[in-house]
Amino acid sequence: MADLETFREETRRWLVANAPAAVYAPLASADDICWGGRKAHYPADVTRWLGVMAERGWTAPMWPREYGGGGLSRAEAKVLAEEMGKLHLRPPLTGFGLTMIGPLLLQEGNDAQKREHLPKIVRGEIRWCQGYSEPGAGSDLAGLQTRAARDGDVFVLNGQKVWTSYADKADWMFVLVRTDPEAPKHNGISFLLMDMETPGVSVRPIKLISGASPFCETFLSDVRVPIVNVVGPVNGGWRIAKMLLGFERTMIADAFKERDDKQRLVTLARRYLGEQNGRVADPLVRDHIAQVEMDQACLDLTLARARDGAKAGRPPGPESSIFKYYGTELNQRRRALALDVLGPQALGWEGPGFDDEELRATRDWLRSRGNTIEGGTSEVQLNIIAKRVLGLPD
Amino acid sequence: MALVLTEEQELLRDTARGFVAGRSSLKRIRALRDGVDRDGFSRDLWREMARLGWVGIVLPEPHGGLGLGYTELALVMEELGKGLAPEPMLSTVLLGANAILLGGSEAQRAAHLPAVAAGERLLALAHQEPHGRYDVHHVETRAERAAGGWALRGEKTQVLDGQVADFLIISARTSRNVRDADGITLFVIPPDAAGVAIQRQARLDGRNAAIVRLDGVRVDADAVVGAPDRGGPLLGRMIDRATIGLAAEMLGGMTAAFEMTIEYLKTRRQFDVPIGSFQGLKHRAAKLFCELELARSSVMHAARTVDEARDDAAVARAASLAKARCADAFVLAGYEGVQMHGGIGMTDEHDIGLYLKRARVAEKTFGDAAWHRDRFAALDGY
Repeated sequence: MADLETFREETRRWLVANAPAAVYAPLASADDICWGGRKAHYPADVTRWLGVMAERGWTAPMWPREYGGGGLSRAEAKVLAEEMGKLHLRPPLTGFGLTMIGPLLLQEGNDAQKREHLPKIVRGEIRWCQGYSEPGAGSDLAGLQTRAARDGDVFVLNGQKVWTSYADKADWMFVLVRTDPEAPKHNGISFLLMDMETPGVSVRPIKLISGASPFCETFLSDVRVPIVNVVGPVNGGWRIAKMLLGFERTMIADAFKERDDKQRLVTLARRYLGEQNGRVADPLVRDHIAQVEMDQACLDLTLARARDGAKAGRPPGPESSIFKYYGTELNQRRRALALDVLGPQALGWEGPGFDDEELRATRDWLRSRGNTIEGGTSEVQLNIIAKRVLGLPD
Repeated sequence: MALVLTEEQELLRDTARGFVAGRSSLKRIRALRDGVDRDGFSRDLWREMARLGWVGIVLPEPHGGLGLGYTELALVMEELGKGLAPEPMLSTVLLGANAILLGGSEAQRAAHLPAVAAGERLLALAHQEPHGRYDVHHVETRAERAAGGWALRGEKTQVLDGQVADFLIISARTSRNVRDADGITLFVIPPDAAGVAIQRQARLDGRNAAIVRLDGVRVDADAVVGAPDRGGPLLGRMIDRATIGLAAEMLGGMTAAFEMTIEYLKTRRQFDVPIGSFQGLKHRAAKLFCELELARSSVMHAARTVDEARDDAAVARAASLAKARCADAFVLAGYEGVQMHGGIGMTDEHDIGLYLKRARVAEKTFGDAAWHRDRFAALDGY
């Protein structure tokens, strides 16, 4: 414990000495988050913050040092997170490299793949995107048709991916392709790593009902990918794909709770519905807020329980599907409740008569409708729970 | 405290699980309900539970208890809840013994707690009044000073295990107005004192409850638990702990009802297939599973909040979180259980209905879900 306290002291001193002033400021919008990559340009302080943290491996604190990570123990990583939290420091880097493909490569990648890709993720040099869904393969992901035909030492890819998050900003894609069209559908899939600058890759953003375009269509036309970029065995990609979905679902459930300040609904309710004796005046809305906040508290406790279980040597199984299902449904209720609180002021799209917070609430509500579709629909999650947790028959 | 069980806690849970499976069948629960048993529970089982240490599980060792925490108590309550065991843990341990432990004098503790832990004394809390709903500060029963002691007059209703208790703990108003938190005093009295009339009630879950009428009951000054006029906060502390214990029992009840239902979905065949293969039922079962997992987290957290010796507001908040969640989830497990069993679920012969009935009673004990949401909001400042 004494060592940990020393580590805490040193960490805090180092953070204070090295964090540029601008990264103490709270994130004003999702655009302020540093995703790294070759294409984006960030303010100088953000780049500097990324640089000093990456040099210590503290963008990926628990990854092994040999791959550029911080090599910290779980306890030390917790201390680092706590100290950053106390100082209100922004995370230096986020993205699918750190949260999805990195953890996957650590488990399933070969040594060459780890050496090639992990340090670049740590340094924020390469931003990753996920090539899973296709126009004909949504919930039935294993029905994917993007063809990868062998030609000597390369696979030649032809097909189309859709709902690729930030494909227009990403440098590399991890992509599911069909390498054996004759095999049963789950057995003919491989998991590939593909440079987005390879000839034959083209990307088109999709505009959503919320007005934003976080997703793209990605078209692949005779794209040549070296065979060394297959993760795991050829035709053995489905297991890898599912493992990665596990990382994604935990991340999605986690992601929603960070964004809002805790009392936002209450603050809005006081402003739009008034107070009585210090309480939100409308008892019905107050009850709905309490319901959402209590459900959130129970979900957070359940996530903490899963983490504590993992630490005690019981890694999460298929029951982690409840996080994706419940977290997204809850986020939708939260966003819809914000509109109920705002009343007619929730109806703005842009321009005069509506302030930024009102406009954001409206867009956030629209965006939230997709939460229960992306990353495996709620119905797919419920199927997984019914089959693999409860053992109900097909 | 981590939200996982230690090896010792797992062992305790397994012991309790084996005890309920071996000694407390649902047939026994039906016999207690349908018979004319005066006690409404088994004194033999109660003594055995005392020997296992469960009755005194949270009582300090000097008073004959095990000195363990609410985390351990919750495990026992959960297993008892699975079997719908009506033994008087809630009335005697969580309400009665807590009144003495948290508010009583050293003399009162010495007089009552070792006897409770040994399984030789039953206690009951008489706090609820006909017009009080869920407000424990709604006290119309009056206690007036009389010849060095007090005289109690009023009516209490739905007193858990009121007709079997060896001592009653009464909330009475000694000053101020009917709904004030101040001015309430707790008294511990024997049920055979002159002027006490006890009448057994029948509630839908078949468990013990009674009306307690007090008609000028004379008690000595040393019958007061805690300080006169200061019983309000004490009631709150006791009932928050009892609420957490009840939530753990409810977690067990909903788990048993859920498991019974899942088993039925796997075995009942219609249209030549098990009905559990229908997606309409699968999704409902999966949603119920989510509710149960969240309920379990809320109960574990609440028990640990007491064990971490957090302040009263933190315990109250955790108790409300657990009770609101368990109230909704247990009733839902009862509803879904009956619905998915179909016609057989509506018969008295099938056990699923026993859980629905217990769910409804437990849901309305110490405040329903809406009441606890309102309190949670107030505790969080809105």
